[in-house]
Amino acid sequence: MNQRGTHVLRLDALARVEGEAALRLRVEDGSVTETRLSIYEPPRFFEAFLTGRGHTEPPDITARICGICPVAYQMSACQAIEDACGVTVDGPLAELRRLLYCGEWIESHTLHISLLHAPDFLGHADAVGLAREQRPAVERGLRLKQTGNAILEQLGGRPIHPVNVRVGGFYRTPAPEDLRPLAERLRQAREDALETVRWVAAFDFPDAECDHDLFALRDPGRYAVDSGTPAVMVGHDQGTAPREIQLAAFEQHVQEGQVPHSTALTATLDGRRYLTGPLARYAINGRWLHPLAAEAARDAGLGDPLTGAVCDNPFRSIVVRAVEVVQAVEEALRIIDGYEPPPRPAVEVPPRQSLGRGATEAPRGLLYHRYALTEDGTLTEARIVPPTAQNQKAIEEDVRRAVQARLDRDGPAADDDELTHLCERAIRNHDPCISCAAHFLDLTVEHT
Amino acid sequence: MSGRVVVIGVGNPLRGDDGVGPAVVEALRGRVPNDTVLVVSDGEPARMLDLWRGADTVVVVEALRTPQARAGELHTLTPAEAAGHARGTASTHAFGLGQCLALGEALDQLPPRLVVHAVEIADVALGAALSDAVRTALPELIDRATASVRQANERHHEPS
Repeated sequence: MNQRGTHVLRLDALARVEGEAALRLRVEDGSVTETRLSIYEPPRFFEAFLTGRGHTEPPDITARICGICPVAYQMSACQAIEDACGVTVDGPLAELRRLLYCGEWIESHTLHISLLHAPDFLGHADAVGLAREQRPAVERGLRLKQTGNAILEQLGGRPIHPVNVRVGGFYRTPAPEDLRPLAERLRQAREDALETVRWVAAFDFPDAECDHDLFALRDPGRYAVDSGTPAVMVGHDQGTAPREIQLAAFEQHVQEGQVPHSTALTATLDGRRYLTGPLARYAINGRWLHPLAAEAARDAGLGDPLTGAVCDNPFRSIVVRAVEVVQAVEEALRIIDGYEPPPRPAVEVPPRQSLGRGATEAPRGLLYHRYALTEDGTLTEARIVPPTAQNQKAIEEDVRRAVQARLDRDGPAADDDELTHLCERAIRNHDPCISCAAHFLDLTVEHT
Repeated sequence: MSGRVVVIGVGNPLRGDDGVGPAVVEALRGRVPNDTVLVVSDGEPARMLDLWRGADTVVVVEALRTPQARAGELHTLTPAEAAGHARGTASTHAFGLGQCLALGEALDQLPPRLVVHAVEIADVALGAALSDAVRTALPELIDRATASVRQANERHHEPS
C-alpha cells in the first residue's frame, strides 16, 4: 500500500469520450472505496419528447440522440414500431438496412480506434500528436472511416442523421449500379481494415481482466448486428453456453435504477453487473464471423473465435473493434454482391393499438426500444435503454480494478495525473457514447 | 484553384445556443451564390476533413464557450488561432474544432483559406432555442459569414 488517508480524485470532463461525463474516485487507506461515473445523458429527454408523436416519427427523432450512432437508434426504433404493428421487414430491404448498419459500425469503430483510443497505447495526448508521428496510420483510419460515411451517405441520404430511413424500409432504394462504387471503396477498405487489426494487435496491453456477465444479441449462423435474440453469458469460460432472454421479457431481466450521481439510469441484468458491446458480441457471436475476420482475430491473438474464444481484457477491446470492422466490411461486400432491388422501397406499416420492442447491436452494444401505440398510431410511451447506461456499472468496476492494481503495485506512489490518465483509459476501453450533445470550442479570451 | 466555397455550420440544433452554426447556414440560403456549398456538421473531424477536401475557401460558423462567457460576443479567428485553443476542451466529442484544425494541419489537409466565425454562447440546454443574447448577435454573424463568401468569390473572379 503506498497511499494513506482519504483521497478524492475528480475528473470533470473526460477527454476522448463521446458525450459528457465526469468521474469521482475515492481512495481510503490505499483502497478504492468509491467509483462514480456521472453521465449526462439525453435519451431520457427524448423518451418524454416522443410521447404524443406519430408512430412513423421515432426513426427521425431518435436519430438525433447520437451523431455517431444514429443508424442504431433508427434501426431499433423501426423494429420496435414494426413489432407493435405486426409487420416484418425482410428480404432485400432487411439486407439494405444491415448494409447501412455496417457503414455505421465501420465509421464509429474506426473513429474510436484510430483517433480516440490508439493515442492511449502510443503515448500521445491526442490524435494530433499521433498524426504527426504515425501519419499513414491516421490517414488509413480516416480513409476507412470515410468509406463508412460513404455507405451512410448513399443509403441514408446524408452522412449524419440519415433522412432516407423510414418505418417499413426506405424512402428510396438504390439501383445495383448505385452500389458498385461503394463495392470498389470497400475492397480498398478491406486492406485498410486488415492492416488496422495488425497495427492495434501490436500495441502493448496492460494486464487486466474483467468478470462482468456478457450480454449481446445472438443470431445463430451470423454475427449479430440487427437481428437475433438477447443472450447472456455468465462466466467467461470458453464454450460457456449463453442463455437467451426473450425480447418481450427484456425489462424483467434488465432493470434500470436511478442513482443520484448520474442522469443516466444504471442497469443490472438479473441483479448482476454486466457488459454489452464488442467483448460481449465477440464471445457470443465469434463463431459466426466471416472467415477473413476470424483469421484476423486469431492472428491478432484473440484466440479462436470459432471455438467460442472470450477476450476478457478490456484494454484489448480495441483489437476486437478492429476485427469487427473487418467483419462489417466483409458483410457489406456480401450484401452488395447479392443485392437485388426490392419491389418497393418500403412495406406498409399500418398502426394498431399495441406495444412493440426492438433491439439491435449499436457499435457500443445492445440498444433496446419499446413503444406503446394507440389505434391511430399516437405514441403513449417510449422507453430507450442505451448501451452505455447498461455498461455503467461494468465501467465503474473496471476503473476500480485498474486503480486498485496501480495502488497495490510496489514503487513510487501514483500522482493524480497518472491516476486520471489510468481512469480515462479504463473508461475509453468501452467507447462510451454518452451521447452526442453540444459541440463547442473552449476558448479563453481576455477582455480588456 | 477550384473556387469552391464551403460554409460549415458546426453544432447541434437541439442544444440551445449550440445550434447557432446550423442557424447561420439556414439563413445563408438565398443570400449567397447557388454554387456555395452549405452544410451542417457535428464537427466530427473525419467528416470535417472530408467536407473541405477540394475546397478553396472554407467558412466555419461555430459556438464558442469561454470562461468569461460574454454571450453574444463575436469572434473571427484564423485556423491558427482556433487550433491554438484546442487544449482543455470540454466538448462532447472531446475533439472540438480546435483539435480538428490541428489534425488537418498535421496531415496537410487544411484548405488554402479557412476562417472561423464564432459567437460566445450562454446556454446549451437540451431542446432549448437560441438565447436572447445569441439571437441578437445572429444578424451580425450572418453578415460576417456572407461577407466571407463574397470575398472568396471576388478573389476567385479577379483577373490574374
